[in-house]
Order: sequence, then C-alpha cells, then structure tokens
Amino acid sequence: MFEARFRAIVVGAMLIVLAGCAVPMQAPATQPAEPAATEAPQTITLMSHDSFAASEDVLAQFEEENNAKLELLPSGDAGAALTQAILSKENPLADVFFGVDNTFFSRAMEAGIFEPYTPEGLQNVPDRFILDPEHRLLPVDYGDVCLNYDKAWFDEEGLEPPQNLEDLTQLEYEGLLVAENPATSSPGLAFMLATVGHFGELGDYTWLDYWLDLRDNDVTIVNGWEEAYWGQFTAASDGDKPLVVSYASSPPAEVYFAEEPLDEAPTGVVTGGGACFRQIEFIGILKGAKNRALAEKLIDFMLGKTFQEDIPLQMFVFPVNQAAELPKVFAQHAVIPENPADVSPGAIDQNRDRWIEAWTQTVLR
Amino acid sequence: MREQEQNPQIPSTGSGRRTHHAPRTTLLTWLIRSAPVILYILPVAFLTVLFFYPLFEIFKLSFVPEGRLSLGSLEKLVSSSYYLKTLWFTIWQATVSMLLTVLLALPGAYIIARYDFLGKSVIQALTTIPFVLPTVVVATAFTALLGPRGWVNTALMGTLGLEEPLINLQFTIWIILLAHVFYNYTVVLRIVGGFWANLSPRVEEAAAVLGAGRWQVFREVTLPLLSPAITAASLLVFIFDFTSFGVILILGGPRYATLEVEIYRQAVNLFNLPVAAALSLAQIVFTFSLMWVYTRLQARTSVPLDLRARRQVQRAPATRREKWIVGGNVALMLGLLTTPLLALAARSFSESGGGWTLNFYRELFINRRGSIMFVPPIEAVRNSVGFAGATTLLALLLGLIAAYLLVRRRGWISSVLDPVFMLPLGTSAVTLGFGYIIALDQPPLNLRASPALIPLAHTLVAFPFVVRSVLPALRGIDPRLREAAAVLGAGPWRVWREIDLPIVGRALLVGAVFAFTVSMGEFGATIFIARPQVPTMPVAIFRFLGQPGALNYGQALAMSTLLMLVVGVGFLAIERFRVGGVGEF
Repeated sequence: MFEARFRAIVVGAMLIVLAGCAVPMQAPATQPAEPAATEAPQTITLMSHDSFAASEDVLAQFEEENNAKLELLPSGDAGAALTQAILSKENPLADVFFGVDNTFFSRAMEAGIFEPYTPEGLQNVPDRFILDPEHRLLPVDYGDVCLNYDKAWFDEEGLEPPQNLEDLTQLEYEGLLVAENPATSSPGLAFMLATVGHFGELGDYTWLDYWLDLRDNDVTIVNGWEEAYWGQFTAASDGDKPLVVSYASSPPAEVYFAEEPLDEAPTGVVTGGGACFRQIEFIGILKGAKNRALAEKLIDFMLGKTFQEDIPLQMFVFPVNQAAELPKVFAQHAVIPENPADVSPGAIDQNRDRWIEAWTQTVLR
Repeated sequence: MREQEQNPQIPSTGSGRRTHHAPRTTLLTWLIRSAPVILYILPVAFLTVLFFYPLFEIFKLSFVPEGRLSLGSLEKLVSSSYYLKTLWFTIWQATVSMLLTVLLALPGAYIIARYDFLGKSVIQALTTIPFVLPTVVVATAFTALLGPRGWVNTALMGTLGLEEPLINLQFTIWIILLAHVFYNYTVVLRIVGGFWANLSPRVEEAAAVLGAGRWQVFREVTLPLLSPAITAASLLVFIFDFTSFGVILILGGPRYATLEVEIYRQAVNLFNLPVAAALSLAQIVFTFSLMWVYTRLQARTSVPLDLRARRQVQRAPATRREKWIVGGNVALMLGLLTTPLLALAARSFSESGGGWTLNFYRELFINRRGSIMFVPPIEAVRNSVGFAGATTLLALLLGLIAAYLLVRRRGWISSVLDPVFMLPLGTSAVTLGFGYIIALDQPPLNLRASPALIPLAHTLVAFPFVVRSVLPALRGIDPRLREAAAVLGAGPWRVWREIDLPIVGRALLVGAVFAFTVSMGEFGATIFIARPQVPTMPVAIFRFLGQPGALNYGQALAMSTLLMLVVGVGFLAIERFRVGGVGEF
C-alpha cells in the first residue's frame, strides 16, 4: 500500500521534471486552430512592463482582423522589462516591446534593439510626442507625474492646498509631503526631473537648493509609489501625509475605483508652474522579430482609435492619438497640466546618474 | 528512468549492509548498485542547469562584454566606502535579526515539541502564514497597527492623554528587525520544534535525577543535542535576512540598503551590470564561506541520537508553571505574528465608512472593465496551488536525495556540496533572473518564457529548505538501527522504509511546508522574470495595488486574505499527511 503510493509520488515527481523539459516544445501545439479558419493563426508576442492592460474584446478584435494569436509577456517594472529586452537582443523574447518611457528612452536607443517603422496612425499624433525622427520608438500614451492632495484633509484643517512647487517649502506645509526615491521609483525620478526642469542647475536657487528646503520642511521619502500611496497618503491609507507624488490621472482612478459612486474625486492635483513631469510611453518593433509584418499590424492597431480610446480606463494614462475621445470619468476628473517641466531624453540620459547621486547626497545622507 | 522507479531503495545504499546478498552480476544488480550515483546526479544537474550556468552567463556578459575583460566600471566599488558600509550593514542586521528570531522562537519550539494543547496545529499554521505575504501588504498591516494613526498609537494616546503618537518605528532599524522576526519565526519554530519533538527526554530526566537544575539541564544536555537543528534553522534565517529585499526597501525606507537592494538598483535603475554582478559575486562568496565554516563545525558535532516517536514525549501541560509557559508563548505567537494578519483580514471586510462588507470579495469575481489582465480568483488559486504542488514534490525529491548525498558521501564531496546546496538562497534573485534571460534561450533549454520555469525557479529556492530540515534528523539516525534491521534480514529498501523514513518523515513534512510556502509566496526570482499569462495570487495582488482607488486596495487585501486561507489549509493538509509512518513518529 505504502510502497505503491511512494512510487506514485516518485513517478509523479519525475513526470513533472520531464514535463518541465517538454512544455516549451509542446507550447506551439497547445493552441488548436479554429476549424473555420483557413489558416492557423500566427502568433505574435508583446513584451511589456507589468502595468500594461487592455480590454479583452479590443485585443480580440486585433486577433480576428489579422488571424493572429497575441501572446502577452509582462516582465516586471519598466526598468526591469527594458533591461530584459536589452539582455535578450541576440534572441529576442518577443516581436514588439511596449513601455519604454522618456526617462529610459536613451538607454533603449543606445542599446539599438528597435527597428524603424512609420505607421499611418502617426499623422494623428502631435509632433511633441515624437522623439525619435527615425521612428524606432513610437509614442502610444502619456501621463503626468504631479502632486496629489487629500481634499478632505485640507478642508478639515482649513488649509489651502499648495499651488506650486515653491509652496511646499512654506512652513504651513511642513511634514505633509511624501515623495518617492528617484533611484528606485519611476514617479520619483519624474518628480525629481520636474524640479530640475523648473529650478535648473545654475543660478542663485538651484533644484538642489530646493530639495534642501524640502528636506528642512520635513519631506518623507519612500522607495516606491505603492509605499507612498498605500502606506503614507491620508486619502488612501492609515498614513499621515496629505500630499503625495502620484499621477494627474490618479483622481479619475479614485472615482472609477471608488467603493461607492462619487460625484467628485477625493483627491486633487497641483498643476501650477512646472510642478508636473510628463512621461511618454513608447512602443517599438524588436530587432530580430520573428513576425515583422504582424508586428507592424499590431503597432498600427495600438495607435488606432479603438485601442487608443481603450487606454484611459485600462492604464489610466492619456492616448497620444488626438482623434481618440476620452471616457466621461476622464473628461470630468482628469487634468492635463498646461506646462509640464521640460527635460529632454538626451539630457536625462547624460545626467541621470549624476543627478540621482546629488539628490541622494542632499536629501538622504 | 524505469529502473529507478522500480528500485526506489536508492537513497539507502551503504555497501556494508548488503553483504548478506549473494553477489550477482546481472545488469539489474549493476543498475541497483549504480542507481544511487545516477540519483545523486539529479540535484547536482539541476543546480548546474538552473543555477550555475545562468549565473556564469550573466557574469560573463557583465565582466567580459564582447569577449574582452572590462573591469573599468568596478573602480567605483573600491573608491567609495559606500559599498563597504552596505556590506557591513547587510551582515550586522542579518546577524541581529537572526539572534532575535532564534531567541524568541526557541521557547515556542519547546512548547510545540513537548506539549499537547488545544489548537496547536492551527497556531502552528498561523505562524507560517506571514512567510507568503507580499511585503507591501505586510507594511500596510504594520502601519494599521503601529503607524502614527494605527490602533496601538491611537489607544495609547487615548489612555495616556498624549498629543503625539508614542511609538514611531517608521523607517527605523527596529521595524526591519521586527519584520524579519515576523517573517522567519516559523523557520526556527518548525525546524527546531520538529527535531526537538523526536528527541528522547530520557537523557534530560537522567540529568535531573542526578541533581542538575533546569537551567543546567537545558544548557548542558538539551542545547548540545538540539544544536544541529538550531544551527540549520539559524543559517536559513541568516541567509534570508542577508538577502532581504522587500523588507528593507519598503519598511526600512531609502536610508537603508542591503547588498540585494543595491544589486537591484544597479542592475535595473542604473543599468550598471558589472557593479551589480560584482556585488552578487560578493554575496555568493560570503554565503559560501559561511556555509563552509558551518559544514566543518557540523560534521564534528553530529552524533547519533536517541530519537523517539512524538507521542512518547508530548503531553498536556499539567502544572501551573507549565500552563504559564505554554500560555505565554502562545500569547507571544498570536500577538507578534497573528495580529497583523488579523488586521489585514479585518480590513478586507471593512467599509470605509465603518461597518462590514463582502463587497471586495464579490468584486474579485467581476471583470468590470473587461480587462485582459483580470484574474479570476479561482484561476489564481489554481495556478498558485498547481505551481506550489509541483514545487513541493520536486523540492522534496531533490532535497531528500541531496541530503542523503551529504550524509553518505562524507569527506570532500559533502564539504563542497553542502555549501553549494545553500547558494541559491544566498544569491540575488534579479541577477539570476537576468541570467535566465540570456542562458536559457535555446532548445532544449528554451525555458525563459515557459510556464515550467516558474516551479523550477521556486524549487531552486525551496529545496535548500528541505535539505536543511532533513539533515539533522538523518544524521541523528543511529546506524546500529539499520544494521540491526539488516541482520534481521531486511533488504535495503525495507531498511529505508522501516527505519529511515519514519525518522525522517517528520522533517520531510517540515520541508514540504516550506517548499509549499516558498512557492505560494512567489519567492524571489520569479517576480523579475518575464512570465507568460499564468497569473498567481501574488501577481493578482500586485495588479490591484498598481492603480489608485479604494476598490483596488480592498480587493488586494481580499486576495491577500484568500492567500492566507489557501496556505493555511495547505499547511494543515500537509501536516495531516500520514502514509507509511511519515509524520507519525
């Protein structure tokens, strides 16, 4: 009795070992073709960061129109995903990569992992989003990293929310802000870049002077957005910070994902005087893509109206295609800051390490 | 393969014990004789393919890009004292965390080993649940309890009439130590408790009869007998804390960094692969040296023990003193380990306006946005449990073989292999994950985007737990027992089944619990690996936490509570596993 069971366990375990070796070879066969289709659908793989999202029916539309099977490969945060794409450039993991933003733009360009492609949909995209004249990386969406505030908290305290970056160094806002570490967090880096863009590196009052004042005003730094928002922000946690570095699209998300329907967002956005930094997200065809033709189709599709209109409620960022209409909750509760800070990808790439190092010395040490 | 299945007596070789068999020279005999060697190759081959080869490739790419040695970017490592300080912090916080964990968990292990009381197995299961919880979620539980507006501070401010919160652990070393104890208490509890439970109390009783006081008995008899299990558990805890990532990053805040945190920063945020690889190498060398010293000491201290079935050593607490000891430790376990879990669970049922709701749980089943990233809870549970089941079987198999290899091949083989078997635990997950990307990209090892890689990577981290759990018991088996059985006519397979298995069975179950836990919690590497659409429960939790909104937060907590429930049930099931004397001993 026992022997039989033990053998079954040993055999089972060995089968698993074997299965482990066998699965990848079986993989292509696990998708049986529709009997109605004349040809088996071709597979195309989209590698991305973990925040990629889309509606099922929108992606199904792409699959139907192109007789394709779309495989998704979420690969960690934006930095980790790009690093893996670069490491695998000799033998790419996917056909298309989505999710390079303007802070990682130069790293991606320098690695030379993308092939140029000019989709028709680019006509509807304003020039300010097109950073690569050779069209190796094409813009898909954008979002602004901005300060968010807890409306209820400021109401209760009878305090006006800050209007701009300068306000944060005032005494009445002492100890109220939580920001992310630019060395470990993408919104943290964006917010630091906003201060670089706004205050500059030269002159009487540089961006580092500003951070020195923020530090004196008791700014709290955490390593990631989750820790800031879910751990410190009064509107979303047991924390005690009513000001947080988040996104301009966070208020519509608060409304959309509210427990009870809301007329008004519980949080507001500080948009004044260069307090925001614009992140643009790009897509590109990976060099060595197995299915170039289908990859082009996918990019066409993702710049087209259907996908672009799907973006806001799935990823909570804005579509770059100007023909795309915004959903109601976005039109009502989202703000697009007029003058986000302006720092070019080239400047970011050249100075990122130095700026982060200087920031670390100023704020943390 | 077939022959191995038919002859599973493999682990119990031992040439001396088979002499009563008439020597035969058939192929079958040869296979039986060489089967152990074939089996021993398994764990070594597994490590070679899934550990050393990917590491070698990523180190090669980092240090020798385009075929030329390039160490220019490493200058920073020596020129700045920052990295030395990081190394020092990594070591001392791990040491202190380990000592604290052992100190707090030893009394717990004692009551688990020696007493029988109501709800024991449930309490034991509860202590292991922290192990699987994502740090972000644990951090919110800690904030709910100990934060500036948390329950404890609110209560203290109310009763003491204070204006400011009394306790402020946020971003201090204390919260790091507390979290490490919270996560690792169970490692000491289970490994030491499991071993202790089979230790005969007769030597202690003899010492007491001879006039030794309680403290003297503990120090001079119990402690030395327990030392193999205590050191094994301490090592695991130390290495865990040594490579601590989430706790440092999330609870410690930006002023603290371990090597692991710095490696991630260098590799991902700064794309400085050479520095990341050099730091990983430092981690590995340190782990290996530590294990080397341990192996040397261990080999000297291990003695055959008088191991007994637990029903012979356990009883209900009788005297008032015993009741106090049991009660006090149960209170500590519940207070330290279970309150944060309860805080989480309570949150998942709470409405923002006060009052209770099942809303977040209902919402888990609705794909409101028709999103492709929606994970039906049933599917998440199925994927998680499936991966964890595969990991457990694989880790048990490899771990058991590896443990036998270490016990049977004393000498240089085991003194090299013992540290090697621990290396996966002490290696940076992100480095290894990147190694997979470049190394496992060609058939027949084209695993990097295969779902099979997930349980394989989990096994890499899980099987050292099995090795460490099983070794102390295995080394404690008195060889005379086996010899007696053999003399009485039992074949090698029967000897193994009747002697080894019952004694090691308990430890195997402990190993199984950890393997299951490691996988359910998505330990380490997998979170960084590009992975196809087989979302697990932790993946679903992270997806909810990725976007603002009270509903997302509530669903993340609801999914976390489900995760606790599933692993809790899993532990109880594993502990109830009783086949052929496994676990009864």
